[in-house]
Amino acid sequence: MTTDTETIEQLSADARVVFGFWAYLLTDLVLFASLFATYAVLEGGTFGGPGPHQLFDVRYAFIETMLLLTSSFVAGLGMIAAHEGAKRRVLAWFAAAFILGAGFLGMETAEFAHLAAIGATPSASAFLSSYFTLLGTHGLHVAIGLVWMGVLLVWALRRPWDHHAERKFMLLSLFWHFLDIIWVLIFTVVYLFGLMS
Amino acid sequence: MPLSDHAPHPSHAHHAHHGPAGSYVIGYAASIALTFVSFELVLEGLLPAPLRTAALIALALAQIAVQLVFFLHLSREARPRWHLFIFGLFLAVVIILVGGSWWIMNNLDGRMMPSPDAMSAYMHDQSGL
Repeated sequence: MTTDTETIEQLSADARVVFGFWAYLLTDLVLFASLFATYAVLEGGTFGGPGPHQLFDVRYAFIETMLLLTSSFVAGLGMIAAHEGAKRRVLAWFAAAFILGAGFLGMETAEFAHLAAIGATPSASAFLSSYFTLLGTHGLHVAIGLVWMGVLLVWALRRPWDHHAERKFMLLSLFWHFLDIIWVLIFTVVYLFGLMS
Repeated sequence: MPLSDHAPHPSHAHHAHHGPAGSYVIGYAASIALTFVSFELVLEGLLPAPLRTAALIALALAQIAVQLVFFLHLSREARPRWHLFIFGLFLAVVIILVGGSWWIMNNLDGRMMPSPDAMSAYMHDQSGL
């Protein structure tokens, strides 16, 4: 009986933490919304320089999308293992999600370096300022997510699996799925609309 | 499952009948299909331009809905649906923020000082010459 009461209290405490984190993610959504609004307004402001049509490679963005989408899916599979308490599978799935996410971040960094090398820097035009701010903010979130994932994997490796671990991975997976949703908006608004302009 | 753990019973028991992996597999397959169609529309130049823009917006919204349901399990939340409620609230903020900015800035753009050529054409027009 005591155990049941404790379990119920534990679960409702976990639910409150998850709800708080969900509220944080929604405020982050508002941050991205303002960056999207800025981008939409400034997209045409190329100051005589190259626009989206000249700069972006949509096929490259497609591969980035597949990496991030697959990473999100794999993290989801990791959460199934987490709910089942299968620690080894949790670690394996999240390690795979980490590698895929790192691949995405590597590709994005290479793209930024390429743009900077051909003179398309953030200071070149209003369009490029807003582009780098929007994608840079998303990229920074992915980088933070990867550090978080790495730390959590090492932490979980050394201790037995319990509901604390389950909750920590749950918050991380929420964050990871959220970044995937932001990316869907980025590839549609920046890359696909950009190629049509 | 992330958003469905309100119910005061062990989380692994309560979605056993849903087939937990199935949700992610469906979401992943749908996401890939929607992404593929979006990119093909642009790369192959299918549909006339205004229709293509509308289709891309619809595909992006569909994909977001798919991920909210199958990855974040927003629809599987126990009542009261606080996650869904606060999500709707923030969605309204986002729509006002993005739609409002876009509307105002475009309207402002239309009221800005036109180029000298456009200005003289306008003045010419207005003076009835």
